[in-house]
Amino acid sequence: MSSVTTTTPATAGHDAGHAVGQQHPIGLYFKIWGLLFVLSTLSYLVDYFHFHGLMRWTLILTFMILKAGLIVAVFMHMAWERLSLIYAILVPPLALLVLVGLMWAEADYTFLTRLIFFR
Amino acid sequence: MSAVTLPLHEQAPAPTAAHVAPSAGLRGLVSDWSSDREAFHVSWGKAMMWIFLLSDTFIFGSFLTGYMTVRTSTTVPWPNPSEVFALHVAGKDIPLLLIAIMTFILISSSGTMAMAVNCAYRRDRVNAAALMFVTAAFGEMFVFMQAFEWSKLILDEGVRPWANPMGAAQFGSAFFMITGFHGLHVTAGVIYLIVVATRVLRGKYEKSGNYQIVEIAGLYWHFVDLVWVFIFALFYLW
Repeated sequence: MSSVTTTTPATAGHDAGHAVGQQHPIGLYFKIWGLLFVLSTLSYLVDYFHFHGLMRWTLILTFMILKAGLIVAVFMHMAWERLSLIYAILVPPLALLVLVGLMWAEADYTFLTRLIFFR
Repeated sequence: MSAVTLPLHEQAPAPTAAHVAPSAGLRGLVSDWSSDREAFHVSWGKAMMWIFLLSDTFIFGSFLTGYMTVRTSTTVPWPNPSEVFALHVAGKDIPLLLIAIMTFILISSSGTMAMAVNCAYRRDRVNAAALMFVTAAFGEMFVFMQAFEWSKLILDEGVRPWANPMGAAQFGSAFFMITGFHGLHVTAGVIYLIVVATRVLRGKYEKSGNYQIVEIAGLYWHFVDLVWVFIFALFYLW
């Protein structure tokens, strides 16, 4: 995400963008399109070549976050929006990370309880 | 906090339109909520689409968290998605082939959608509508492939929401719930795109020259692609 914002400064893009809406060179979309293809291929290859354990999870999550960042920043034009909108949309989902943390702990506990009582 | 309980005449005068006495009743409610206060300097349509997408993020986030919870807590081994979703092509099993093709189709549809937004803002409405129809066609292809995947899983492999022959029973419920909800979103998106594209083609937005509706429809479509990125990584590849 940050790589996109540095190449096209948010302020310049914003001022130009809002007179007639979000207008950006079509070449940029092609580059992102290509990048998304490459990243998807790479994450598919992680499965194809049977990576396992920590390596597999790290690669999958890295490619996932990169793809999500590119889609939100460029295709959804978040990189050129004002900070008030960016924070209003991107900060609340952090609560989901808290939920994931809580449920992870809870699931571990359930798993251990099941091992003791249901096997 | 205290400002709420203060009587009206003790409050500091509001910076704008202070001399107009606020009307009471329902009319007052409407004017209070629509009195030219803007937090986001975008049109209401775009702001509302973003807020809708935020709520959708929580829906899919909760689904995926629920999936994580049942997968972590089950004592029965989880079916290997790489094998479950393999396609038998030319005498050997290729893992996740159909899913990979679906991923590329959805990414391509996102690319054509981005170009449609670009064309719409240049007021090239024929190309904008054409690209939106292409996007919708990609989306429909995706839904058909998903229907194929579902029928293969249900009929050939005997996966049910409550049981399956490969392992943990929760696999079926998580799979049908998450991909079903995503497929529903794609279907709704296809309809939405066709409606907007038809209006663009008919010149409904020619008079105002405001083609932001294409960008707003695009936001929804890119979000559907975004959700698939997470489902692909967390459900199929994990």
